[in-house]
Amino acid sequence: MEEAKEKGVFNEDKASLVVKELRKSFDSGKTRSYKWRISQLEAMAKMIEENEKDIIEAVDKDLSKPQLEAYIAEVSQTKSSCSEAIKALHQWMKPTKVKTAITTYPSSAEIVSEPLGVVLIISTWNFPFMLSLEPVIGAIAAGNAVVLKPSEVAPASSALLADMLTKYLDNSAVRVIEGGAPQTTALLEQKWDKILYTGNARVGRIVMAAATKHLTPVILELGGKCPALVDSNLNLQVAARRLIAGKWACNNGQACISVDYIITLKHFAPTLINALKEELEQFFGKDPMKSKDMSRIVSSSHFSRLLKLLNDDKISDKIVLEGQKDEDQLKIAPTIILDAPDDSLVMQEEIFGPIMPIITVDKIEDGFDIIKSKPKPLAAYLFTNNEDLKKSFVENISSGGMLINDTVLQVVTPGLPFGGVGESGMGCYHGKFSFDEFSHKKGVLYRSFKGDSSMRYPPYTPKKQSLMKALINGNIFHMILILIGCSKL
Amino acid sequence: MESLQKKVVFDGEAASMMMKELRGSFGSGKTRSYEWRVSQVKALLKMVTDNEKQIIDALLSDLAKPPLETVVYEIGMFKNSCEVILKELKQWMKPEKVKTSISTFPSSAEIVPEPLGVVLVISAWNYPILLSLDPVVGAIAAGNAVVLKPSEIAPATSSLMAKLLAEYMDNSCVRVVEGAVDETTALLDQKWDKIFYTGNGRVGRIVMAAAAKHLTPVVLELGGKCPAVVDSDVNLQVAARRLISGKWGLNNGQACVSPDYVITTKDFAPKLVDSLKTELENFFGKNPLESKDISRIVNHNHFARVAKLLDDEKVSDKIIHGGEKDESKLRISPTLLLDVPHDSLIMGEEIFGPLLPIITVNKLEESFDLINSRTKPLAAYIFTNNKKLKEQFVKNVSAGGMLVNDIALHLIVPTLPFGGVGDSGTGSYHGRFSFEAFTHKKAVLYRGFGGDASLRYPPYTETKQRVMKALVSGGILSIIAALLGWSSKA
Repeated sequence: MEEAKEKGVFNEDKASLVVKELRKSFDSGKTRSYKWRISQLEAMAKMIEENEKDIIEAVDKDLSKPQLEAYIAEVSQTKSSCSEAIKALHQWMKPTKVKTAITTYPSSAEIVSEPLGVVLIISTWNFPFMLSLEPVIGAIAAGNAVVLKPSEVAPASSALLADMLTKYLDNSAVRVIEGGAPQTTALLEQKWDKILYTGNARVGRIVMAAATKHLTPVILELGGKCPALVDSNLNLQVAARRLIAGKWACNNGQACISVDYIITLKHFAPTLINALKEELEQFFGKDPMKSKDMSRIVSSSHFSRLLKLLNDDKISDKIVLEGQKDEDQLKIAPTIILDAPDDSLVMQEEIFGPIMPIITVDKIEDGFDIIKSKPKPLAAYLFTNNEDLKKSFVENISSGGMLINDTVLQVVTPGLPFGGVGESGMGCYHGKFSFDEFSHKKGVLYRSFKGDSSMRYPPYTPKKQSLMKALINGNIFHMILILIGCSKL
Repeated sequence: MESLQKKVVFDGEAASMMMKELRGSFGSGKTRSYEWRVSQVKALLKMVTDNEKQIIDALLSDLAKPPLETVVYEIGMFKNSCEVILKELKQWMKPEKVKTSISTFPSSAEIVPEPLGVVLVISAWNYPILLSLDPVVGAIAAGNAVVLKPSEIAPATSSLMAKLLAEYMDNSCVRVVEGAVDETTALLDQKWDKIFYTGNGRVGRIVMAAAAKHLTPVVLELGGKCPAVVDSDVNLQVAARRLISGKWGLNNGQACVSPDYVITTKDFAPKLVDSLKTELENFFGKNPLESKDISRIVNHNHFARVAKLLDDEKVSDKIIHGGEKDESKLRISPTLLLDVPHDSLIMGEEIFGPLLPIITVNKLEESFDLINSRTKPLAAYIFTNNKKLKEQFVKNVSAGGMLVNDIALHLIVPTLPFGGVGDSGTGSYHGRFSFEAFTHKKAVLYRGFGGDASLRYPPYTETKQRVMKALVSGGILSIIAALLGWSSKA
């Protein structure tokens, strides 16, 4: 009932009002102070700490996410981001002094980070707290006012986020707007100073098109089919475990950086499949449907989507590990498909679920061609001990990020930017990159009135021209020659 | 005749074919090598050095641009960009090592710069050489294949660049497509890995909308009304000369960073106006319409546009200097206006011409509100010796870039990013920023197979949870404590 009321109430006028209020707050200058930003970051850290239990409960409700996964991704990761920002903010806020050349002597220059203004963050459902709070932390650290639109596909998390952020943070500058497409559309009509969207490419295009009206820059964190290229030269047990960790133990494959499909050598595939089956049993038991350690599929529409991939004629005889399916519980057990044709549904779209195609090749390098034939993914993985292969992979495969001999962890490494390229997105964030992406880097040059020489000014004589030419090329010697040979200019 | 032929030839099909060729070249890997990039940058350097005279002539033809302006701003600045690249490219291409934390121990990480692929540079007419080649050399330095679409409003320069780039550069990876709306539209339908556009906000939106279809990231270098705030405690002669040089000495006010309007105090305005009048005469003589040291208005369209701003009733009694027009020569003399109303046409759009409105305020701090009430400009200037005022200006006014006590020179500093914010644009370039504008920074984490602890993996027992929690919080003591409480089997 309440949601319907909200749906009826939050339209373009309401959205416009929210932006107006936030703009007023921003223009007052309050979000710019170090003190304000720290106070908000500390409040956020406190918020996460004090509501850990509720957060874990919410993702359990929305996704049946195992407690440990929820703790690590949604609670711990966001807490670390707060601490990192609190610790480093002073440094981040400092202008960067840069060198100037003789051409502008005497002068000094610096790059000043300033907030963009009022920003919009549109989050998603699979890591609802991490993917909402991490960008908000960045926006606040950079001194902006921010509106968060959490995903309605994870309603318990969305409600909790709205509740918590309203309670703990400064409402005059930080707001949460819940809802679905109508609310998002109303928000997208407004003029924002930046929009960060996490989700799929289809909506990514809609967001960027809407942003165009106001020339609003965007960060798009999208997805793609993240490949894992598996060589035969490796520690099989460790590799198998890590592949599983990057798929079924990662929100059950419903993560933008999950291993979408595996490529391995023809002769190695049986060995790999056996290892995967063995470790899957170790992880989830003989009956994975009963395991508490596996997220469910988020909704019945996603369940149907995945079912469609499995019911595709083209792969009917390719399923080597057939996972059980239970529509009532919204569960699908780990499923492996061997050599699905490239034009099968499962190889054409991002899977985002517990289905793992394994494609075999004769030479490992053929795997590169397969990966390159598809749009650039958000992440690409390689398992091998072969140093040359590692080097070649990093040099030749383009993706948002990469991990050698493991999965997923590149996104929890502070100091590494997290973002896509091509179809997997634009822009990046995490740590200082969040601060930078929500800032405008303003170049400032300082000059004094001394050292003014009329050679710059009309009327332009050939001598002035030569001098200016030499000056702009920083050619001191040449300049001196001209000056010695010239009397008064 | 030739132009008509070109119009017929370059359509969607031609664009698509060209794209295919360039993708093939990029896919072959040739643009990625340091040697290729350096060879192309050197070729560009040679190209502008060998053809200085032709470039000067083309700009005289297109804009009546004084040779000194061409030599300094078009050729000189571009050569600088090339030199900076040649000196630093090796360093820029190196992966940047990044520290890893205990949560991924043992591991190593780095950020690897990689080219985006095939990029499009759409240039402008006012600095047709610089605004074409500077982004192009950035794209090349970053290892991309690139297509340049120069502005048809500077036709002599456009055709000169098409000729020279075909002669000097590797055509399998660097192309020029001449033309206007049709050709640009055909180009914009293709899937580029980045689009770099210099121009106005209206077309900027068209470019971004086209880019959105393919999720192509963009750099938009747009414009705006760049304000110059002038305090009374300045060295008046120097300030006046620098204002004039930054306005009429920069393509006659037709530059995205020209001071569009001046704000000063009511008390100081008369002195400033006198000084400007004096220096204007020193620079351009008593008949500025005849001076060779000032560009003309680019074409009749723009002449009509600028003339309209002068003919606006609301400013008819505000013109205090100049205002002479000669349509046959496409010239308007340096014109000063005092206290035009805020709703006049001249205050409603970017002037991009030789008219300088001077707005007066009671206290200089009021100028900040005035500036902030408008869309964010590409550049903002302040002339003052007052340290506090400088600080407040930098702190409270948002603009793409800023200069204290001079005009435009911040473009010459390769360590400063050059770009807009808000309506004045998105993204930046120059120096290292050019390289980065056309680069994807790929995060790479390396792990080995050793040090694998099963506590990561399901089934998630109470013990595992405790230890994992301690591990991710990174507190060594808590990890040890958890481990001590942990038996040998996980």
